[in-house]
Amino acid sequence: MDPEITSDAPAPPELHPAWKRVQLARHPKRPHSLDYIDRLFTDFQELHGDRSFADDPAIVAGLARFDGRPIVIVAEEKGRNTKERLQHNFGMPKPEGYRKALRIMQLAAKFGRPVITFLDTTGAYPGIDAEERGQAEAIARNLREMARLAIPVIVVVIGEGGSGGALALGVGNTVLMFENAVYSVISPESCASIIYRDSGKAERAAAALRLTAEDLDQLGLIDTIIPEPEGGAQEDPEAAAENLRQALRHSLLDLAALSGEQLVEHRYAKFRKMGNFFA
Amino acid sequence: MSWFKRDRPDDKKPKAIDEESKHVKTEGLWQKCDGCRQIVWKKDLAANWNICPKCGHHFRIDAVSRIRMLFDGGDYEVFDAALHSTDPLGFVDSKPYVKRLEAARLETGLRDALVAARGKLGGRQVEICSMEVRFIGGSMGAVVGEKITRAIERSLASRSPLVIVSASGGARMQEGAVSLMQMCKICSALMRLDQARVPFISVLTDPTTGGVTASFAMLGDLNIAEPGALIGFAGPRVIEQTIRQKLPEGFQRSEFLVKHGMLDAVVPRLELKAYIARAFDFFCQQ
Repeated sequence: MDPEITSDAPAPPELHPAWKRVQLARHPKRPHSLDYIDRLFTDFQELHGDRSFADDPAIVAGLARFDGRPIVIVAEEKGRNTKERLQHNFGMPKPEGYRKALRIMQLAAKFGRPVITFLDTTGAYPGIDAEERGQAEAIARNLREMARLAIPVIVVVIGEGGSGGALALGVGNTVLMFENAVYSVISPESCASIIYRDSGKAERAAAALRLTAEDLDQLGLIDTIIPEPEGGAQEDPEAAAENLRQALRHSLLDLAALSGEQLVEHRYAKFRKMGNFFA
Repeated sequence: MSWFKRDRPDDKKPKAIDEESKHVKTEGLWQKCDGCRQIVWKKDLAANWNICPKCGHHFRIDAVSRIRMLFDGGDYEVFDAALHSTDPLGFVDSKPYVKRLEAARLETGLRDALVAARGKLGGRQVEICSMEVRFIGGSMGAVVGEKITRAIERSLASRSPLVIVSASGGARMQEGAVSLMQMCKICSALMRLDQARVPFISVLTDPTTGGVTASFAMLGDLNIAEPGALIGFAGPRVIEQTIRQKLPEGFQRSEFLVKHGMLDAVVPRLELKAYIARAFDFFCQQ
């Protein structure tokens, strides 16, 4: 008989698969936006500022080339080490970040360049200054104006898709999601503190929220799951980037056949039928 | 050890029932006003559309009363009243989501947190959506998202102006990312309404936060709010926990938002209908 089974010592509690994914999505070594930008694009030229208040380093945006073709990238960046994390405000955008993102997406639309967005944030920054400058208005406006862009928009959830703060860059013709990324209406911790009155029960909340790529695929909220190397993207960032490259190529090719008007229509139809869970 | 002792044993104490029968029941007849701290007779409050007759403090008002108040003669046609959630996640916390929905239905008489109706306002046909905060915090799931989107589509088809009265804690946790995507769905439909130049007035009432503020509530051609309403993206407690400071007085209240340029006006409840009618006259008259 297997000695481990008969042993009296309690087995270490097995983490719920959804909670494991949350841990992987937040893994400190997980590749962030700048890692993918370095690996996938050439001639990256960062553009700064919302033209009315400031430049928000939590969102990195600019012009680049993908397979030699000009595209525009707008990405949430958490930072790779303590210094960078502080500089990027831990990837929590403020209103000026969302307004910069919109300005640059509209620039892309003006010149007919596809937009690729990377979602990776705990959430929009919850602070006094962000509220004063209209965090809600900035997110709302992005949702409406992204629906109007007459260019291909490809959204990639690379790590944490934290509620409205992620969604503000999330209105795409195609929404891709990494295997170990999560996308949720509320963080498991906040959810647990509301429903169980205990943020320590985040694991249970993570399971209840159905926030993994598989869950979202089943609910019909994303288009494609991008596979990750064994153990997660942090184990082999090159391989993860390569998988993303293939997925982006496919999506761009699919959307290239559509006219500007058709792209707007396509995006509208996609979100219009989302979440038909009523009777 | 206590300093005061009962002067008679418990068994000699008059029974609670006798005690109660001596008094006239006043429970539920009076309400303390959060504004002026005075005691207000509830009937006076109800007769005054839930506004304190002494200080003008706006209490919350239910979705149906709101709609009655706005439509001419309280006359309107309700849409999609039977639409209800099918619990996409099979969500269970301290009690199952389906039980919560059932409890909310019994309390409010509604199948979800929004009433959608068409009628006349100031003689003009309009679509009005009104949120019910007593229904799971007025939260937005697939049903609320669909009802608003359909109202926008009716507005587009008939070119009749749209009013959405928000009262909501935000997206509904119990429907997870499905709730989140309703924000995109509604905002995409509002893009079409915007393109068609059909006017939309967003009325923000206490409370309007989270995914509701961060989608349709901030996208009106006019954004107006009732006095003293809590309006914001992040809730005040979340902000306090993040920045570890006390929040300034009046933070995230209607008047604060006007000062910071986020609202067109603060409009008292009794002037709301006339305000909306005038605005639509201004936008629509040939």
